[in-house]
Amino acid sequence: MLAFLIRRLLNAAGVMLTVAFLAFMIFRFVGDPVELMLNEQSTQAQRDELRVRLGLDRSFPLQYLSFVANAAKGEFGISYRNQQDVIVLIAERLPATLELVLVATVLSLAIGIPLGVYTAIARNSLGAQLLQFGSVLGVSLPSFAVGILLILVFSVTLGWLPAFGRGEVVQIGWWSTGLLTPGGRMALILPGITLSLFQITLVMRLVRAEMLETLRTDFIRFARARGLRAWAVNVRHALRNCLMPVITVTGLQIGNLIAFALVTETVFQWPGMGLLFVQAVTFVDIPVMAAYLMLVSFVFVALNTLVDMAYAVVDPRLRQDSVKHG
Amino acid sequence: MAEGAISRWLGSDMGLSFRASPVAMASLVVLVLVALSALLAPVIAPQNPYDLKQVFIDKAEIPPIWTRDGEWPFLLGTDPQGRDVLSSILYGTRMSLLIGVAAVAASMSIGVSIGLAAGFLGGWVDNLLMRIADTVLSIPTLLVAILVSAVARALLPPGLREPFAAVILVASISLTGWVQYARTVRASTMVERRKEYAQAARIIGVSSARIMRRHILPNTLTPVLVAATLNLGLAILAEATLSFLGVGMPITQPSLGALIRIGNQYLFSGAWWLVVFPSVQLGLIVLSVNLLGDWLRDALNPKLN
Amino acid sequence: MTENWAHGAKQGVHMLRSLGRMGAAGRRGWLMGAAVALGLAAFGAAPAEAQQGKVLKWGAAREIASLDPYSFGDTFTLATLNHVYEGLVRYTGELGIEPALAESWETVSPTVWRFKLRRGVAFHGGEAFTADDVVASLERVSHDTSPLKGNLPAYKSSRKIDDQTVEIEVTGPYPLLLNDLTNIFILSKTWMEKNNALLPTDSGKGIKGYATDNANGTGPFMVESRRPDARTVFVVNPKWWDKPQHNLARIEFTPIASAATRVAAMLSGEIDFTNVAPLQDLPRLSAAPGVKVMQSSELRTVYFAMNLKDTLPNSDVKDRNPFKDVRVREALYRAIDIDAVQRRAMRGLSRNTGAVVAPAIPGYTPAQDVRLPFDLDGAKKLLADAGFPNGFGFTLNCVSDGLVNEEEFCQAVAAMWTRAGLKVTLDLAPRSQQTPKRVKGEFDVISFGWANEPMIDAYSILIQVVRSKSGTGGVFNWGDWGRADMDALIDAAGVELDRPKRIALMSQALDILKREHLFIPLHQQPMAWAIRGNVATMVQANDNKPRLWLTKMN
Repeated sequence: MLAFLIRRLLNAAGVMLTVAFLAFMIFRFVGDPVELMLNEQSTQAQRDELRVRLGLDRSFPLQYLSFVANAAKGEFGISYRNQQDVIVLIAERLPATLELVLVATVLSLAIGIPLGVYTAIARNSLGAQLLQFGSVLGVSLPSFAVGILLILVFSVTLGWLPAFGRGEVVQIGWWSTGLLTPGGRMALILPGITLSLFQITLVMRLVRAEMLETLRTDFIRFARARGLRAWAVNVRHALRNCLMPVITVTGLQIGNLIAFALVTETVFQWPGMGLLFVQAVTFVDIPVMAAYLMLVSFVFVALNTLVDMAYAVVDPRLRQDSVKHG
Repeated sequence: MAEGAISRWLGSDMGLSFRASPVAMASLVVLVLVALSALLAPVIAPQNPYDLKQVFIDKAEIPPIWTRDGEWPFLLGTDPQGRDVLSSILYGTRMSLLIGVAAVAASMSIGVSIGLAAGFLGGWVDNLLMRIADTVLSIPTLLVAILVSAVARALLPPGLREPFAAVILVASISLTGWVQYARTVRASTMVERRKEYAQAARIIGVSSARIMRRHILPNTLTPVLVAATLNLGLAILAEATLSFLGVGMPITQPSLGALIRIGNQYLFSGAWWLVVFPSVQLGLIVLSVNLLGDWLRDALNPKLN
Repeated sequence: MTENWAHGAKQGVHMLRSLGRMGAAGRRGWLMGAAVALGLAAFGAAPAEAQQGKVLKWGAAREIASLDPYSFGDTFTLATLNHVYEGLVRYTGELGIEPALAESWETVSPTVWRFKLRRGVAFHGGEAFTADDVVASLERVSHDTSPLKGNLPAYKSSRKIDDQTVEIEVTGPYPLLLNDLTNIFILSKTWMEKNNALLPTDSGKGIKGYATDNANGTGPFMVESRRPDARTVFVVNPKWWDKPQHNLARIEFTPIASAATRVAAMLSGEIDFTNVAPLQDLPRLSAAPGVKVMQSSELRTVYFAMNLKDTLPNSDVKDRNPFKDVRVREALYRAIDIDAVQRRAMRGLSRNTGAVVAPAIPGYTPAQDVRLPFDLDGAKKLLADAGFPNGFGFTLNCVSDGLVNEEEFCQAVAAMWTRAGLKVTLDLAPRSQQTPKRVKGEFDVISFGWANEPMIDAYSILIQVVRSKSGTGGVFNWGDWGRADMDALIDAAGVELDRPKRIALMSQALDILKREHLFIPLHQQPMAWAIRGNVATMVQANDNKPRLWLTKMN
C-alpha cells in the first residue's frame, strides 16, 4: 500500500519534471528574451550584459536545473509586459478564475444531476428526448459564441446583467472575492453559465448513464419488489450509487475547467489567469506563459494523483497499477 | 458491389437501428450535404474569398439578399472587406472539416499504433509509452494547442506561416488527442493477446507486427471508431476556438472560427449576418457529428440492447 | 482595531484610503485582512458616498504599461499618467504651450535655458516641490538605461540655481525644448531616494522598480489603487496647485481590450467614457439614448513605408530591391483607391491626405496635401516601365492591434495592389511580434503612423524617422530612408531658432520626401470617443489625449 502511494507520487513528480522541461524549452527558445526585454535603443554591450545576467551563457542542463529550482520556490522571473513578478501577477488573478470555476462547477452539479436523473427515469418521454437533444446541442455550440449571445441578450438588450469584469470585489488577505457584493454576484452569472454549459451536459449524461446501469441492477429490482415508492428507489438508493463517479469526474474536470476558462475570460474580460495567459501569448510574454503552463499542469497532476490515491485507499482491487482505468 | 454491401449493412442489426432512428438519418444527411458543399466549394461558391483579385471593398457589408439593401449574388451578405459570406462559409467549412478530420485521423493513427505497441509488447515499452501518455494528459488540451500554435508561429518565418497554418493547427490538436485511443487499444490488445488465436499465431512464427495488424487490430477498432466520431466534433470546435483566440487560421484564409471572430467585432454595429451564419453552420456540423456519434455508441454498446 | 462593528468599519475605510494614497497596489497583507474582518462589506459603497464629487468610469482600449512615467515612451501611457504627474510645461486644449510646474523661462544663452519654478507645489506624499526634484528627474530620464531617453534628445545637463530656479543645458541651439518637456514628468527626489528609484526601471536587473506600481506626482489626481489589467483608481488631489476646472472626485480606469465588450459596457452604462470607440459601432452608439459620440480626425498620419535597403527580406526579387526605383513606389501609390479605403475601411471618418504630417503640425503646407489620383492603369504602366510587367511579390507587414482599423485598410490596400499585378502576402500580427521585425529592418512594406508627439512639430518625424541614423537621430529610421539633401535640411532646422526660417527648412525636407514618394500617405486617422449623458463637458484635442482635469459631469 505504501509502495503504491510512493510509486504514484514518484510518477507525479516525473510528470511535473517533464512539463517543467517543456516550459523551459519554450522559455528558452521562443523569441529571444534579450530582444524582448530591451528596447530598440540598447547597445550591443547592454545586450551581452543582460544575457549574462539572465544566465543565458551557462550550459543547457544548468539552466534547466536552475529553472526547476526557481519554479519550485515559486519564482518565475518577471513579466516582460508589466515588469512585475510573475508569481504576484498569477496570485492576483487566481481568485478570479477559481471563483468562476467554482460557480460553474456548482451550477453544473445543481442543474446536471436533477436533469440527468430525470432523463434516466423518464427515459422515453418527450421531455427526456428534448433534454437529450439539448445536451448534445450544449456540447456542439462553441462556448465563445454562447457567451457573446448571452451578452447581447442579457446585457445590451435587457440590461439585467453586467457585460464584463467582476464588479465590486472585496479583498480578504490576498484573496479577492466577488461573492460578498451584489454587483460581484451578478457579474458571476453570465460567465458562470457560459463556462458551465459543457460541464452541465457532461454531468447530465454521466448521471443518466450511471442511473440507467444502476436501475438495472438486482438490488434496485428488489427495492421495487419490496414496494418502495419510486422516488425513494430512484433518489435514495439509485442516485447514491451514481454520485461517486460523478463527484470523481467533476473533481477531475476542475483542471479542465480552469484551462477552458480562458475562453470565457476572453469573451467577458474576466481578470483571471486565463485572460492573463491569452494576453501573454499575444505579447509573447514567455515567463507568464511558462508559469501558467506549470501551474495548470500541477493542478491537473495533483488532482489526478489525489483521486488515484483516494481510490486505492477505498478499493483494494485497484492497488496493483498494472491495469489502468481506460 | 457497393450497393450490395450497403444493403447488407442496412439489413444488419446496426442498419436496423440506424433506420429506426430519424435523428441519426437526418444527421447523416446534413453531414453529407455539408461535406459535399464544402468539397465542391470552388465550383459552387459565387466567389473565391481567398483570391484578393475577386474581392472589392466597394461591396463591403452588404446585408443578406432578402433584406432591403441586399444585392445579388451575395446571398448571405458580405463582410467588411467585400468578401461574400456564403463563399466564406463554404471555404471556411472546408477548412474546418479538413482540419478536424485530419486531426482525428492523425490522433487515431498515432494512438492506435502506440496502443498496439504498448499492449502487445509490454515491458519497458509499455511503461515508457504510458508515462508519456500520463505527461500529455496532465496538460489540458486547449493549453497545448495554444502553446504549440503560438510557438510554431513565433519560430516560423513570416512567409511560411500561412501555408503551414493548417498543418500547425492539425498538429496542435492531435498532439493530445491520441492518448484516449492509445489507452483503449492497449487495453483491448492486452486482452486479445492472451487469447488462443494470438498465442497460436505466435507459436507458428507469425511476426509480432503481423499479429498486431491483421488479427488484433480489427477486434479493437469498434470503440476506436466510436471515439473518433465523437472526437471529430471536439476537434472542429477546438479549431474554431483556437481561431477565435487568434492563434488559428489567419484572416486571409479564414475557417469558421476565424469568421466568427471577425464577425464578433461587428455584432453591435448591426452586421449580424457576419456572426450568425458561421455560428449556425458550425453548430450544425458539430451537432450532426455528435448526434451520429451518439447513435453509433448506443448502437454498438451491447449493454443497452 | 476596535471591537465595535460600525466604528471599526469606518476606521478601516479611513485606514484603507490613507494606505491607498501611498499607492500600495496589489499587496494588501494582514492589515487589510483585519480591516475587512471588521465588516467591510460596506467597503464597496463607502468611497463613493463619502466623496462630494463625481465618479467617472473610464473604459480604455488597453492597459497602461506601468505607473513609471519613464518606463515606456508610449503616447497613451504618458497621456494617462499626465493625470498624476506633470512636467515643467504643458499643452492646452488647443495645443499651445503654457506654464505648468515652471512659471516662466528664458534662454540665458543659446544653449542654456533657465526655468523659474512654481512655488507652493507639493507632491501627493507631502514633499515640497523644488529644483532638486527637477534635476533628479532629468538625470533619471536621460540616463543611459532610460527608455525615454530619445524623448529629450538635446539634453546635456541640468543644475539647480536655487530652490526655485533650474538651468537646463542642451547640446546645441534647440528650438523645441519646451515641446519635449511637456512629456517629461517630474518625480520627487526624496521619494525616489527613499524607495531606491533614482535609476530608471531596469528590467534587465530583474528588480522591479518601485515606480512601476507606485506613484507620487504633483498632478490633479492621485493613484488610490492599481490592479493591472483590472482596474486603476485615481482620486482627486485636493491640494493641487492649479484651479480645478473639473468636478471629478474619482476616476475608475478599466482596460477593456475587446472592442465589442467595450461597446456593450458603454451601452449598458457600466462605463461613462471611452477614448477608443470602434468605428463600426459609432452609429449604434450615437443612436443609443444617453450616449454621445465625439469624433474627428487626430494628428496621427498613417502611411506605408517601403524598405530601401539593398535587398528585400520577403520578396521574390532577389537580386535587387524594386522599391529603390521611384517608379515602383509611385505605382504603389497610384494603385490605391483612397476614396474606397476611406469610405469602407475607415467608414468615411478618416481625412485623406497627401502629406505625411497633419495640417496643425508646423511644417505642413497645403501644397503637400495634394494626393496623386487613383490610376490603376497608370500604376501598371509604371511597373512595366520599371521592368516588372508581371509585378513581383512582397510581404506587407501590418500590426493587428495598432492603428485605427489597421487590419481593415491593410487588407483593402493589399487587394488593390494585387489588382495592379503585384503578389501581396499580408503579415498581420500583434505589435509585440511585428515591432522586433520592423526595428531590425526585416520587412518589405509596413503600415506606419506618426503623430509628431510630444513635439507637435514636423521636426519629430524628420529627426526620428526620416533622418539617417546618427546619435539620437534616426532612431525610427528602419528602412534606410535617409538622404543627404534631407539630412542637411533637418540638421539646419534643428538649430534654427527663428521660427519662420525653421518651418521653411522643414517644409523643404518634406517636399523632397513627397517628390520621391519615400512614404505613401493615406490619411489622418479618426479618433472617436464616446461619453454617457452624465458627462457634461469633455475636451477632445487633436492629439487624442484625454485631459480629464477639464471634464465636468452632471
